[in-house]
Amino acid sequence: MLKVLDSAVPIACWSCSIGHNDSTLFCPHCSKIQPPPGGDYFQVFGLEPKLNLDLQALEHEFHRLSRKVHPDRFARAGDNEREWSLADTALLNDAYRTLKDPLHRTEYLLKLEGAEIGEEHSGKDRKDPSRVPADLLEEVFDLNMQLEEMRMARKMGEEDPALEESLSEAKKKFEGLMAAVDHDLRTQWQVWDAGEKAARPAAQETMVALLDRRRYLSNLVRDVTETLGA
Amino acid sequence: MAELNQIGRVVGIDLGTTNSLVAYMQGDAPVVIPGVDGSNLVPSVVALDPVPIGGGRPTVTVGNTARKALIETPERVIYSVKRLMGRGLEEIHDELKLFPFRLAEDVEEGEVPRIRLGELKFTPPEISAYILRQLKRNAERFFGAPVTQAVITVPAYFNDAQRQATKDAGRMAGLEVLRLVNEPTAAALAYGLDRAKVGTIAVYDLGGGTFDISILKLRDGIFEVQSTNGDTHLGGDDIDNLLLTIALDEIHAEHGVDLRRHPGAVQALRKAAIDAKIGLSTETAAHFDIELPNGDRYQRDIPRAVFELLIEPVLDRTAGPCKQAIADAGLTPEQIDEVVLVGGSTRIPAVRQLVDELFHLSARGKKPHTELNPDEVVALGAAVQADILAGASKSTEEMLLLDVTPLSLGIEALGGTVARIIQRNSTIPASATEHFTTGVEGQTNVAIHVVQGERELAADCRSLARFDLRGIPPMSAGLPRIEVKFLIDADGILHVSAREQRSGQAATIEVKPTYGLTDEQVENMILDSFDHAEEDFAKRLLIEARNEAETILAAVERAPASPAWQQLTAEERAAISAASGQLNDIKRGEDPAAIRDATLALDQATRRFAELMMEAAVTTAIRGKTMDAADEDLGEAVTAPHAMAPAEFK
Repeated sequence: MLKVLDSAVPIACWSCSIGHNDSTLFCPHCSKIQPPPGGDYFQVFGLEPKLNLDLQALEHEFHRLSRKVHPDRFARAGDNEREWSLADTALLNDAYRTLKDPLHRTEYLLKLEGAEIGEEHSGKDRKDPSRVPADLLEEVFDLNMQLEEMRMARKMGEEDPALEESLSEAKKKFEGLMAAVDHDLRTQWQVWDAGEKAARPAAQETMVALLDRRRYLSNLVRDVTETLGA
Repeated sequence: MAELNQIGRVVGIDLGTTNSLVAYMQGDAPVVIPGVDGSNLVPSVVALDPVPIGGGRPTVTVGNTARKALIETPERVIYSVKRLMGRGLEEIHDELKLFPFRLAEDVEEGEVPRIRLGELKFTPPEISAYILRQLKRNAERFFGAPVTQAVITVPAYFNDAQRQATKDAGRMAGLEVLRLVNEPTAAALAYGLDRAKVGTIAVYDLGGGTFDISILKLRDGIFEVQSTNGDTHLGGDDIDNLLLTIALDEIHAEHGVDLRRHPGAVQALRKAAIDAKIGLSTETAAHFDIELPNGDRYQRDIPRAVFELLIEPVLDRTAGPCKQAIADAGLTPEQIDEVVLVGGSTRIPAVRQLVDELFHLSARGKKPHTELNPDEVVALGAAVQADILAGASKSTEEMLLLDVTPLSLGIEALGGTVARIIQRNSTIPASATEHFTTGVEGQTNVAIHVVQGERELAADCRSLARFDLRGIPPMSAGLPRIEVKFLIDADGILHVSAREQRSGQAATIEVKPTYGLTDEQVENMILDSFDHAEEDFAKRLLIEARNEAETILAAVERAPASPAWQQLTAEERAAISAASGQLNDIKRGEDPAAIRDATLALDQATRRFAELMMEAAVTTAIRGKTMDAADEDLGEAVTAPHAMAPAEFK
């Protein structure tokens, strides 16, 4: 069964009536749970929007906040507190899931800055030839031919060890390219986190391009893995 | 044993395919609450008694009593109903080939199927509600106080509809379901109470009808599920079916007797198959020796090696989910510190061998954990979670369970593909926000189709709900911006809300779950009983205790007429007579606890008699004497799995 949820954001604490900053999960005065705050995922953890994160500290904070907001702690509370605990925990979980993953974190921060990044919905983008990175055009063309050949061979129940070998090598190569992208991304993180206003727009543009390239490579690798594994 | 006036106790319930249990936290350790017959396991079997003389609604019985009716009146009994929970008509079609139950004829497409039981019809949640009510009563009897709140476990791989159906069943039984907990996670909680505080564990849960694998990270009382996988239609039932098919085929081929046409006989043969399976966990061979209607004997040895070859394909189906779960957690088998075995089927040596190979256990000098009874561990964990929710206990105040959604949530996009909005293995509660717009000038409705599953095409996923966003202010095509928020709660159940952002209007959502009951339907199915009259709880306890006493006394009165009575020794008969005399005296008193103790004593005294009766019923059924009573054609397929044999053995 599906239900309609609704939430409102009060300015003052619902319990003690003292006004508070709306990016907090708890009232700083009376410690009561508050409706989901309006801030971003970084603010949920009290962090500056930066790309280099101490993952252990993040996990620790995730556990600390979970202990306080999780619906298990409000099983017998009133309707409002129960609903806020649910919404707050969903926000906390969404935030943690996004920030702990380096790619999701980068993408999220760039979106906060207004960058447009291709959605990672399956089905979309995968076969769009205009997205092929220019330096890979030729190789991608060859790879797609081989993939098609492989699928046909599989359909006919034929073995083609040479083709398999060649695809495995292509896969290794593209995985190598992905690792290179990851390295380049981390370099850009440093630039971004250093916080020099003048350097940021260029870093942002580079990261958007790197993320697009990485998504493209990752789809290719997945295609090869699926075809080889089928 | 009764702790009076502890109102507000939360119990933990394992609503299983084969057996169900209720447990609670006694101090700092969870314990299972036994039924009136002293047994911890309540078989998940529901039977409809004959229509009372003079008409009226027949009584529903649950558990061991219902199980006995299975051989005599199979058309009035239902078991393994968990396999039908939250499933649509077309989905259960295959299942029904394996079950001796019949659908009500008037069920329409899109409706929750109803099962015919004698002259009545029930939805699967109603059947489950009867089981839950029995567990609720067992707990109330034990505490001497009402129980209204519970934690109920579900297979981790249950989808939204199956979870909602379970919650509905709780409500029908008069229970507020504070939380649905995934079975493997519950097992981890039960083990985690006294285990090392840091580490990665895998829980391999092969039960009667479902298989789950979950991988958890434990740290300072936080149980964080990393990944889960499974198969909601894989379990010990499938193994029973294999043995049964062999026996049925061989009997047909060698003796010219087609037992498939006789449900009572098939059920009796199934009991023999289950006994053989259980025996093979400790013995190197099992033996069938069954007298057939034509006077022939069907005799067959099943060496363990043959059995293991036979079940290999079934067990192999658990390997894929295990590998996927390990990969989804971003781990290798070597990184898993401990493996916990749950479910009666993990007693099978071949299952343990497979687990050992999958997780490289003996290679690392490790053994899987089996210290807690695999039939009880889930209920024990549910009790731990109940205690966490009650929030009143020192022993669990540091514990917190962070579970995940087993299946990805998506929306059907153009061309029938799935746009995934919440990935599987996301920690719940989880949410996602999507924006929709209109495609036509002045359009005021947008239709959305929500699905659950991992496949690329919506048609291959499980349809969760279709809904219309209505009341969108008429604007040019593409101008409205409707924000829809999807939220999966801590029970793994989806909630949706929507808002048109340009006008600020909350769009109305009319949600039509693809499978499931409406609130109103659930309301109408609430089991009518005196369960709500908490004010005369004491009176009710007394009435119930007297009813139980009357039931067993009536059975004892009929006993001397049965051939089984002659098989008892003089001492056994004298013991029964003494115990029934005592109960007759005590039942006139006002003390429900004393009546119950005397009932239990009589039950103990008649235990061997009951076993002899059961054996006699099985023999009769196989010889075909009850065939007229149960003349039904089951078709080619094997009949259903069921709970004939309690899986209690060491």
